[in-house]
Amino acid sequence: MALPAHASTLETVWYYAFRVFCGFVLIFLILPILIIIPLSFNAEPYFSFTEGMLSFDPNAYSLRWYADILENGMVDPNAAFGWDWFKDSWNNAQWMHSLRNSFIIATAATFVATTLGTIAALGLSQSNLPYRNLIMGLLISPMIVPIIITSAARFFFFSKVGLSQTYLGIILAHAVLGTPFVVITVTATLVGFDRSLIRAGASLGADPRTVFFKVIMPLILPGVISGALFAFITSFDEVVAVIFLAGYEQRTIPRQMWSGIREQISPTILAVATILVLMSVMLLTVLELLRRRSERIRGLSPG
Amino acid sequence: MADTTVPVTGGGLQTIDGVPLKKQLARATRQSKLRALMLVAPLGIFVLVSFIYPIVLTLTRSVHSPVFGAAFHRTAEALQSWDGKDLPSEPVWEAFVADMKEARANRTIGKAATRFNYDVPGTRSLFTRTARKIRKVKEGPYKEAVLEINKKWGDPQLWGYIKQNTAPYTAGFYLNALDRKYDYTGKIERQPEVRQIYVPLFWRTLLLSSLVMASCIILGFPVAYLLAHLPLRISNLLMILVLLPFWTSLLVRTTSWIALLQTQGVINDFLVWVGIISDQQRLQMMFNATGTVIAMTHILLPFMILPLYSVMKTIQPSYVRAARSLGATQWTAFWRVYVPQTLPGVGAGSILVFILAIGYYITPALVGGQSGQLISNLIAYHMQKSLNWGLAAALSTILLFGVLGLYWLYNRLVGVDNMKLG
Repeated sequence: MALPAHASTLETVWYYAFRVFCGFVLIFLILPILIIIPLSFNAEPYFSFTEGMLSFDPNAYSLRWYADILENGMVDPNAAFGWDWFKDSWNNAQWMHSLRNSFIIATAATFVATTLGTIAALGLSQSNLPYRNLIMGLLISPMIVPIIITSAARFFFFSKVGLSQTYLGIILAHAVLGTPFVVITVTATLVGFDRSLIRAGASLGADPRTVFFKVIMPLILPGVISGALFAFITSFDEVVAVIFLAGYEQRTIPRQMWSGIREQISPTILAVATILVLMSVMLLTVLELLRRRSERIRGLSPG
Repeated sequence: MADTTVPVTGGGLQTIDGVPLKKQLARATRQSKLRALMLVAPLGIFVLVSFIYPIVLTLTRSVHSPVFGAAFHRTAEALQSWDGKDLPSEPVWEAFVADMKEARANRTIGKAATRFNYDVPGTRSLFTRTARKIRKVKEGPYKEAVLEINKKWGDPQLWGYIKQNTAPYTAGFYLNALDRKYDYTGKIERQPEVRQIYVPLFWRTLLLSSLVMASCIILGFPVAYLLAHLPLRISNLLMILVLLPFWTSLLVRTTSWIALLQTQGVINDFLVWVGIISDQQRLQMMFNATGTVIAMTHILLPFMILPLYSVMKTIQPSYVRAARSLGATQWTAFWRVYVPQTLPGVGAGSILVFILAIGYYITPALVGGQSGQLISNLIAYHMQKSLNWGLAAALSTILLFGVLGLYWLYNRLVGVDNMKLG
């Protein structure tokens, strides 16, 4: 894609204009995510760069919004820093409460979604499944149907069966939203799966369970894990279902951010956002490593 | 050994147990089909019970609205024989008073009045106030007694609406959702000008979604092209710039757009600092449609770039080279040979972006202000604030069928199996 030596002036201009345009689009994509990182260290309660920040005055930067994550809602934030202080923060701070909820709900929802999704993907990848297209369409639909419709429907249904404002209700709701991702990634992994390995395992005397855990599972594991990560992030990031189904007890991080943006806007949200960005960087790294491993295992590339 | 050879009797191949081979094959196929179904069943049932069933249940609310009819069941029966022209006769009034008393006693009057108020705005208090005074009415003539409480009951049109509303099934919510309503005789008419909000809102949702989709194509196509044609080492690095936003929380991205776009935000500060605008001319880029389109384009752009990239990766460069060697200009070779090969990717990305855009709720709610609201925001409003669940269900149904239509199209064009994630 390098510019050939015989390129005309017009072609040269076009070549550079194209690259500059792409550069701008990539900046457009990444800038909003990077900009909040310095903003979260703002010493003032503004969403913008202050004079001091621009002239790199150390006093214009502070960690107060990060401290606020730990302190907001504490019984006694001014107590001596120590074990009791942490206990107070862990038990009473609003953001810590939400963080805990987010992890509990996302982990449980991921477990349900990954288990059901992987088993279903195994069935879907068998060539003789009847009505395959219809079933696939049905299983993917939670990803497509607008979340507001899904959540409104669940609101009525869960109130009726007593699941609204319970952890179980939100876990089930998030699990449904996560399953399409697991189904898609695991089915994609199974496309290149050599079925004769199953028969080989069976002919060597392994029962179906052993074949599953010793032969199938190791090979599809990268797909399962990336599906699980998708399910996890879907739940961790989901807010509409939580708005409709959760009470104060079950507030998650996105729910807390949502009300933070709407009611009492403060840079604490930016500090939380920065932490979440770091989390997605980690997730992305794990996924990339998995992808490489999967390619190596299946011999798709020399690694 | 003799018994291991395949016995040929009765004109067909048989297995060692003497079962015809055809039958055995059918049995084996049936078993493996059943096994595949058994594997899919747990998730299928889970999705059906906790996803499909609640949706279907909710959608029935868009036509089924028995609250008013249940509270005024005697009136409903008595109104059967009413001609709809003059005021109803005495038995109707008697039934009405009885229903009012009962609704007041078991506290269903509030709900029934609210329901009626959706169809005839401004009548909620008429019902509740009358209900409060109705216990004084002990004996006939009931008509005069009710009229004495409030003479608005003397309007025959009101009774037309009452008769309509006692029916448990109604298309009224759909008419509302399309800015139409029944008049008192049951004919369909347009809502008055000031109450026509839903049809324009549907159009705005489609318009803004198309705008987002178009911006995604314009911004996404060149980037996907660049990524697909750079050496793998560099493109993998640049791919991070696409994937990181994709993996970052939606609320984080919306928050950062608030920080960027607000009048005291980063972009305005920058423009003032550079001197393009003065401090008084700060641009209003948020709490309007502009904010919604910018933020949604940013959020949905990876959904366009990723399918485009995976399609462009598979395009052989020799086709463009062949076109060039046959005398095509660079533009002709690109437009007539390269672009048509990317169309599956463009189609997949566009439909995906469009589907996600028309159902968007969070971002418009936070950065959209008044003019940047989409249909989802109004559904949420009717769910949570006005509590007009029938109308919310009707709007949802219309939106849902639009999305399912697009989903069907996507499935036909791309196939859900080929959906690429990350």
